Amino acid sequence: MTALRPFSAAALRQALMALMALLMLSLGAPLLAQQSLPPAPYANRQLDDPAQEAIAHELMATLRCLECQSQAINDSDSPMAGDMRHQVRISVASGEHPEAIRAWLMERYGDYVSYTPQVSATTWPLFVVPLLILLVAGAIFWRRFARRA
Amino acid sequence: MSGWRLWVPLLMFAGFFGVAGYQLSQPKNEFIESRMVGRELPYFDLRPATTDLPGIASAQFGDGQPRLLNIWASWCVPCIAEAPYLEQLQEQGAPIVGIAIRDRPEDVARFLERHGNPYVAVGADDLSEVQFAIGSSGVPETFVIDGQGRITHQHIGDIRETDVPVLLEKLREAGA
Repeated sequence: MTALRPFSAAALRQALMALMALLMLSLGAPLLAQQSLPPAPYANRQLDDPAQEAIAHELMATLRCLECQSQAINDSDSPMAGDMRHQVRISVASGEHPEAIRAWLMERYGDYVSYTPQVSATTWPLFVVPLLILLVAGAIFWRRFARRA
Repeated sequence: MSGWRLWVPLLMFAGFFGVAGYQLSQPKNEFIESRMVGRELPYFDLRPATTDLPGIASAQFGDGQPRLLNIWASWCVPCIAEAPYLEQLQEQGAPIVGIAIRDRPEDVARFLERHGNPYVAVGADDLSEVQFAIGSSGVPETFVIDGQGRITHQHIGDIRETDVPVLLEKLREAGA
C-alpha cells in the first residue's frame, strides 16, 4: 500500500492536469473568437501617474462587468470590461472625479453597474432591518436585565 | 412563557424559508436595461465600419425620420441568427443604422456579404464608447430612435421572428 501511494498520487495529478488542459481549451476558444481587435490602449496598461492609477484601480474594483455578470471590471478578461477600464483610466487621467464616473455609468446602467451599496427605493430594507433587529434585541435584553435587578 | 410565543422563531424561520424558496424558483432576469430609454441619443461621430457604407453620427438622427439602431459585431454569434429578421425589417421599410463593436473593416464586409446587408450606414465603435454612452450591455441590441433623436425603445438580445412586428410597431409609434 505505502509503495503504491506516490505512484497513484502522480497519476491522479496527471489526470487532473489533462482534465484542466481540456477545460482550458474548451473555455479559451470562444474568448479568442471575440478578440478581433487588440485590447483598448489603457485596458491593461496602468496610468503613468501612480496616484491617478490608484484612484482608477479603486474605482474599477467596485464597477461591475456587464458581460460577465459576477466580476468587477478589474477582474475580468472580457473585451468589454477592458474597454470600460480604458474609459475609467482616461477619465481619471483627465481629472474627472471617480464618483462622477460612477454616476455617469449608473445613469446608464442603474444600480447594477456599481458594487458600492446605495440606499434606494428597493434597497432601504437592507439598511433598516438590521437596525430594527438590534433595537428589538436590545429591548429584550433590557427587559431581562430589568427583571433580574 | 405562554405557549404561542414558542412558535414565533419557527414561524419566522418558515417565513424566511418560504421567501427564499419562492425567489429561487423565479426565473432570473439577466438583462440590464438601459436607463437611456426616453432620453436623447448621446453625441457620437463614428467612422465607417466598412468601405462600402457610410459611417454614422448622432447629428444625423432627429431629422424627423425614426430609425432602428442596431448594436452588433461580426464576431457575435447571435448576430448571425438575427440577420434574416433585420433583413425582413428593412424590406418592410425600417431604416436600420448599425454600430459595429470592436470590429475590423474586412470582417464587417465579410459578415455583410455572407449574411446580407440590411444597413443604410454602419459606424465603427472600436472602444465600445458609444455602447457605454447609450447604456447597452452587449451584442446584439436594437434601439428605436424617434424623429427627434430620442431613444424610445430598447430590444435586448437577438431579434426573433416574433420581435419583427413589435419593432415595426415601436417604430411607427416613434414616427407619430
